[in-house]
Amino acid sequence: MELNLWLIAPEIALCGLIFLVMAVDLIFLRSSRKGWLGLLSAAGLCVILALLAGLKEMRGSLLGGFLADPLAFDFKLIFLVAAGLCSLASVDFAGRHLRWPGEFFSLLLFSTLGFMIMVSAGDLILLYLGLELGTISLYALSAMQKDRPRSGEAGLKYLIMGAVSSAVFLYGASLIYGSLGTTVFAEMQPLENAGPALVVGGVMVLAAFAFKITAVPFHMWAPDVYQGAPTPITGFLSVASKAAGFGALIRLFMGPLFSLQGNWFAILMVLSGLSMVAGNLLALPQSNIKRMLAYSGIAQAGYLLIALCALTEKGMTSAVFFLFQYLFVNLGAFIVVTLVGSSVGNDEIRSYAGLSRRNPLLALCLLLFLLSLGGIPPLSGFWGKLFLFWAGIDQNLYFLVLIGVLASVLSLYYYLMVARQMYIEDPPETTPLPVSLPASIALIICALAVILLGYPKPWIALAQAAAKSLGLPQ
Amino acid sequence: MNIVIPHPLSIIVLSPLLAALIIMLLPRQRFFAIRFTGFLGTLPTVLTSLYIYLNYDRARGGMQFVEGFPWLKQMGISYSLGVDGISIPLVMLTAVVIFTGVFASWTITYRPKEFYCLLLLLVSGVFGVFVSNNLFFFFLFYELAVLPMYLLIGIWGTGAKEYSAMKLTLYLLAGSAFMLVGLLALYFYSGLETFDLEALTRAGYNVGIQRIAFFLFYIGFGILAGIWPLHTWSPDGHASAPTAVSMLHAGVLMKLGAYGVLRVGVGILPEGLKFWAPLVAVIAVINIVYGAYVAMGQRDLKYVIAYSSVSHMGVVMLGCAAFNAIAVNGAVFQMVSHGLMTALFFALVGLVYEKAHTRDILAMGGFARRMPGIALCFTIGGLASFGLPGTSGFVAEFMVFLGTFRAHPEKLLGRVPLFMLLAIASAVAIVITATYVLRLLQRVFHGPLDEHHYADLPDARTTEWVAITVNAALLLILGLLPRLLTDLIGISVGQFIR
Repeated sequence: MELNLWLIAPEIALCGLIFLVMAVDLIFLRSSRKGWLGLLSAAGLCVILALLAGLKEMRGSLLGGFLADPLAFDFKLIFLVAAGLCSLASVDFAGRHLRWPGEFFSLLLFSTLGFMIMVSAGDLILLYLGLELGTISLYALSAMQKDRPRSGEAGLKYLIMGAVSSAVFLYGASLIYGSLGTTVFAEMQPLENAGPALVVGGVMVLAAFAFKITAVPFHMWAPDVYQGAPTPITGFLSVASKAAGFGALIRLFMGPLFSLQGNWFAILMVLSGLSMVAGNLLALPQSNIKRMLAYSGIAQAGYLLIALCALTEKGMTSAVFFLFQYLFVNLGAFIVVTLVGSSVGNDEIRSYAGLSRRNPLLALCLLLFLLSLGGIPPLSGFWGKLFLFWAGIDQNLYFLVLIGVLASVLSLYYYLMVARQMYIEDPPETTPLPVSLPASIALIICALAVILLGYPKPWIALAQAAAKSLGLPQ
Repeated sequence: MNIVIPHPLSIIVLSPLLAALIIMLLPRQRFFAIRFTGFLGTLPTVLTSLYIYLNYDRARGGMQFVEGFPWLKQMGISYSLGVDGISIPLVMLTAVVIFTGVFASWTITYRPKEFYCLLLLLVSGVFGVFVSNNLFFFFLFYELAVLPMYLLIGIWGTGAKEYSAMKLTLYLLAGSAFMLVGLLALYFYSGLETFDLEALTRAGYNVGIQRIAFFLFYIGFGILAGIWPLHTWSPDGHASAPTAVSMLHAGVLMKLGAYGVLRVGVGILPEGLKFWAPLVAVIAVINIVYGAYVAMGQRDLKYVIAYSSVSHMGVVMLGCAAFNAIAVNGAVFQMVSHGLMTALFFALVGLVYEKAHTRDILAMGGFARRMPGIALCFTIGGLASFGLPGTSGFVAEFMVFLGTFRAHPEKLLGRVPLFMLLAIASAVAIVITATYVLRLLQRVFHGPLDEHHYADLPDARTTEWVAITVNAALLLILGLLPRLLTDLIGISVGQFIR
């Protein structure tokens, strides 16, 4: 077995960046407001992104357990961009609201590293390691805003629910190992008429991932954690953790466990339908924008599961594309929430009254993101949803698609309610809302991406490459 | 005519969009610059639509001025524009209404910058729908035309504006959800992997698919066209909206729905129409009769006009359902005629409200003495509304009823000559229309004037004249010379109904 370290070069570079950030943090021990560390980590992430892009054609596996393939590439792209935008958006936030910015940024990078390993894993053990590294860092990050009791509450809730899901995953993985005698995906050869242990194992692993992607009924933690965690972290969490869950789900269930579909297909459909309905209905009465976005994220996970239910190459293409655009849309929305929240002091939707006159840029960007989440053409979210529904109809999943279409009309109500506050209501005070430069750069990148993904061709090609590598039916 | 305008259709679609972008960059205090840019953005659409009207090759017929480029080739989505005899009159109508609408909103002083931006954005969408040759872009433009309405009504509206805005938006977006499903169904069952309208017209769907798809599109577009019982967003929305938006929405946007039914429903799915024609026609007549009755019962001037729109859109849908050359021709003519008429009405109501500060019919009276110009234009619109010969309304309704009378001669259940009965019923309904229009004219403009209340009630001034005179004049011209449009429409309708 040849040891080609280029396969893992982005991860090694990310490790280096983490140590660099920690070292710089320690060198400037005296200065207390070190938000600018975010610039450092964002710059480092750009370099790693370039490195990853340079190694795009790298294919293969390292010692059988670590895979570099188009699927892993696409998801790493998502994580790195999410971490970079999140660092940029947190520069001002970390300097103002956090006591330990150095730890904040290095934990963020640790989490990114964990998720990158998770989607590259070709082995159950490594998958678990990546999962834990990714989420344990997030537990700490969620609890980081020590002056807000809600932050601690969020951290604890996340920890407990996360630990439960990890335990479920481990138990399921051990059952899979017991039935098949291996933890390496490539060596797994489950038969059609698998024993009950394997089926139970597979379903438990599915349940563990359902926690990560916040599918109903495994979504309970999401609103509280989203609300309590520092807002930039909520943004990262809502995008990266969800994408990682989907990445692993695709890797495992469209790969080695594909032939067991008779046992988990129905579960996936139920998860999808429930998430769309419950997510949208529960989002309607929310008065806190972070909770509202949490429920909207649950609904979006439901839409995404339609594509997984299609069990085809087309379905996976649309799922990966949806995650590409979801990255910018959702993270962008949370960046706006961060900026407004740190000026206004709370995250209530009525605090957005008259935002269009206090800061037109913020209001316009948030409007774009919300319309995109609602699936209004020609924004990226429309294409994302269109491809999902397309893939669904292609496989005769009419019922799920119908729920999806009707649910998205419903969702426009609560998205427009925010638009109403921003554009129609009069502001309580007319003082302009200040926005820091790095955060507005991140915001503008997101907004441009949401518009430019209206021309989805190049991204479709990327997503298609990933889907092709799975070897599913067309 | 030796002038050649390159890419006329792109100019029509993009010039309002460009003007919206420029306005976005203007400082917010420069009221005049903002309005003037709005005017400059709509002027090319009027001139260019006149150009395509004059240069359309009538001997050749079919789609002309075709242009475009592929957008997503592997999925058959392309930006592709073209017009035929059915869309040209509607493009011209839109151009006239927005041009006059810009003048009708000249007096808006509350956040004019955003107002004009959204208005022009919306108009771009409307033009886009009328000239799109690709169903997918048709859908994109349709959404562009619907969404700005939420803010336009929510911010600049009157009365229960937030309720109306939300209701309107959710109704129309629910409609577009139906359309999207229908769109995907057409795409998948054609097996052609394209959204091109002409290709889909020749796709030859089997009867079952046509019936299901037609129903989806009928609901989807029908909501926008104000079909009963899904029309309730329209009176609320139109009554709450600011003047120019009501003009545009009732005058043009509702036509998008009817145009969609005609283009997609009738053009691509004729078997579906044949199956559903009795339902479509019955609902259309309910629209005509019910709309007229409800209009009669209103006290708010704007609600009267809004319900009369519901009633008149029924005539359009009846023409589509009858599905023969003369009825469809009449339906398209009615779209134009009603568009001009409603735009005129809403402009007038806006003026009356601005000057008298009330929309309650019972509180008005004798206004003709103070505002003779407005009264005259209102009378012209009113006469067109119940189809007096010499106005465009007569031509349109006559053609539709004539066509309907002859349509689908096979009898329902073997004995009921349904379409004949429907034609008679809707012709009788004109009496109701005449009643409420004449009563309205009498109440508002004649009778005793409350001298104390309305001591200094001015007539229309400067820019205000533009909207009302242009629309009123066009109503008369089309009434006296209907061939200006019917010949053109007839060419395409003839090719349409094979």
